[in-house]
Amino acid sequence: MSAQKPDYMRELLVDSGGGALIALLMGVMMLGMQVDVTSGLGAELILRFRWDYLAYAVGAVFFGRLAMNLLVWRKLKVLDGVSLPKPKVKGEALERNLKPVFLVVAVLLPFALMFWLGARGSRQYIDLAILVTTYVMLGWGLNIVVGLAGLLDLGYVAFYAVGAYSYALLAHYFGFSFWICLPLAGILAAFWGIILGFPVLRLRGDYLAIVTLAFGEIIRVVLLNWYEFTGGPDGISGIPRPSFFGLEFTRGEDGFAAFFGLDYSSIHRIIFLYYLILILALTTNFVTMRLRRLPIGRAWEALREDEIACRSLGINTTNTKLTAFALGAMFGGFAGSFFATRQGFISPESFTFMESAVILAIVVLGGLGSQIGVVIAAVVMIGGFELFRELEEYRMLVFGLLMVVIMVWKPRGLISSRAPSIALSGRAQGISADMVQEGHG
Amino acid sequence: MEYFLQQLINGVTLGSIYGLIAIGYTMVYGIIGMINFAHGDIFMIGSFTALILIVLLGVTAAMPVAMLVMALVLVLVLAMAFTAVWGWAVERVAYRPLRGSFRLAPLITAIGASIALQNFVQISQGARNKPLQPLISGNFKLTDGGPDGSALIVQLSYVQITIIVVTLLLMAGFTLLINRTSLGRAQRACEQDRKMAALLGVNVDRTISLTFVMGAALAAVAGVMFLLYYGVIDFYIGFLAGVKAFTAAVLGGIGSLPGAMLGGLLIGLIETFWSGYFSVEYKDVAAFSILAIVLIFMPEGLLGKPEVEKV
Repeated sequence: MSAQKPDYMRELLVDSGGGALIALLMGVMMLGMQVDVTSGLGAELILRFRWDYLAYAVGAVFFGRLAMNLLVWRKLKVLDGVSLPKPKVKGEALERNLKPVFLVVAVLLPFALMFWLGARGSRQYIDLAILVTTYVMLGWGLNIVVGLAGLLDLGYVAFYAVGAYSYALLAHYFGFSFWICLPLAGILAAFWGIILGFPVLRLRGDYLAIVTLAFGEIIRVVLLNWYEFTGGPDGISGIPRPSFFGLEFTRGEDGFAAFFGLDYSSIHRIIFLYYLILILALTTNFVTMRLRRLPIGRAWEALREDEIACRSLGINTTNTKLTAFALGAMFGGFAGSFFATRQGFISPESFTFMESAVILAIVVLGGLGSQIGVVIAAVVMIGGFELFRELEEYRMLVFGLLMVVIMVWKPRGLISSRAPSIALSGRAQGISADMVQEGHG
Repeated sequence: MEYFLQQLINGVTLGSIYGLIAIGYTMVYGIIGMINFAHGDIFMIGSFTALILIVLLGVTAAMPVAMLVMALVLVLVLAMAFTAVWGWAVERVAYRPLRGSFRLAPLITAIGASIALQNFVQISQGARNKPLQPLISGNFKLTDGGPDGSALIVQLSYVQITIIVVTLLLMAGFTLLINRTSLGRAQRACEQDRKMAALLGVNVDRTISLTFVMGAALAAVAGVMFLLYYGVIDFYIGFLAGVKAFTAAVLGGIGSLPGAMLGGLLIGLIETFWSGYFSVEYKDVAAFSILAIVLIFMPEGLLGKPEVEKV
């Protein structure tokens, strides 16, 4: 043991030193030097040297790797090859217990906030809750496509955009109200889902991903350039707000506040919007959970596990994929039209690839196919985003790094157990995701 | 006719750049079957490294020609080397731990790595455009503008010649590397059957790492060419160029090196002709539509092998 020690230490130092050397080579140009444009005429390029930053980065890598080697990785190495993955079903129990808690918190949130902070103070928090819930809904919608059917969709934001623009344009050109447009937006988005999905769903996973990404970009570019119809980069403003069964949230006689004998406050609309998106999101969840138990839902999950086996068993894979795609798109459309009515203004800026990536990250990091995982991931990520609003430029960097780190640490996401949607005996247990092998679909 | 010829030249130049990036995609896809989503950003890093080197070495158009050529070769080689380290590191950190995990996992980390790289460069190098004074100026005039001098003069600039020649040389070099060397043989073996290759003594991890290194080096070349050709770069150039290059790789048949080059040329030509004859705004739509159409009707691409799925 004692003879091994120096060797071990040397190995450690070499390993950490190697990491530091790589970091040095990576950083010497990109971090140690900054190329900048001089202000004024001529636009000369100059270099600024920042060796201190480089030193910090190299030091961080060296000591980080050293610490990881000493504390974390060494232990794993010993266990390697000896221990079998233990089936863990903690996630399922967690999921069952967390659900009511989340629901109660979500329902009571605005009142609790109002109680503690008053109308003025709670406004920004309710706004944040609306944002988080919108992402939860989008995550649940995308979960049908990615989590259940196993189809990687990198252009989900396209359907979000279709929903938002459907409502905005219908309201702009025909003066339709939100409640008429909401189902229409969903139907239109589903329709687009089918149109886009029909040709591409024959493709294998990665190809599908890149084609959906391309479609997302196409829709954005069209929205950006079709100036006469969509307003191009200027977007559409003055989108009407939703009413509460015909009652507008205005100060007047026939407004919401007057009807219920309340003092007028702008917070009413915010709270109403919060409950609206909460109901929409819960509907998404409810529909998904029900569909999972239907033959179509089981076909989705079978498709995710093994497409070839699916086809051999006589499942029409095209229709199965198409329904998943269309349903996911429909919920995206609902969320989009909600987004339009909440903002009152939309432009193609809001529907970039980055949105798709964020939604996908929520689904995947939460645990593919896990509904509660989506909630946790959305709260953590979107909440975290807002928390670090001052560090605007760093948060996307951290976001990207987190995606890598969480994926490497827990490839199956935070909630990684898979409860069988249906089982022959009533006592069937959830199985750990480590035991599930993905098919080739 | 002159206009057509000019567009053709421009298209081939652009296509060469796409082709160089596409090779990185196609090699990685061939060997581990994943879309290296961060490859476009590696290209961007290559471009930035080259810009920093050019400023650091004080390369200007005023230098004597021999000096300028030597300096640019030096910039090219150094940019390749530094960018290769980035490519290696991305593979080591984001992809290798997930080998053998489920199929979506490395794609997610790839997207994460892409976002991280983009934002890292935005922070470390600033978000502003970086304009570079043209280093290689001058051109050949292929037509004289007609008898009355009213027709368009078709020009083939020295930069375009440089780009096309460098691309051809590198293509030839890499084809030799893949077909003749032991590294190339190991790569082809891993492409066919990774497990079997490992059993026969091929160091699979090392081979995959080297594939990433090669891809990144080629992306760096593309980055240098892009910088010389357009003269303006920012941290966002990687995304669009990456998607288009991937389109090129798919169009040519993913996994096939000549296919990637051919696909790159076609995408470059389509894009140039579309913006030349129809509208500049929709050139990306044209490229993406081609991708969708090709994938739907010819999923294996122009020169690719049809994929057989075994149970």
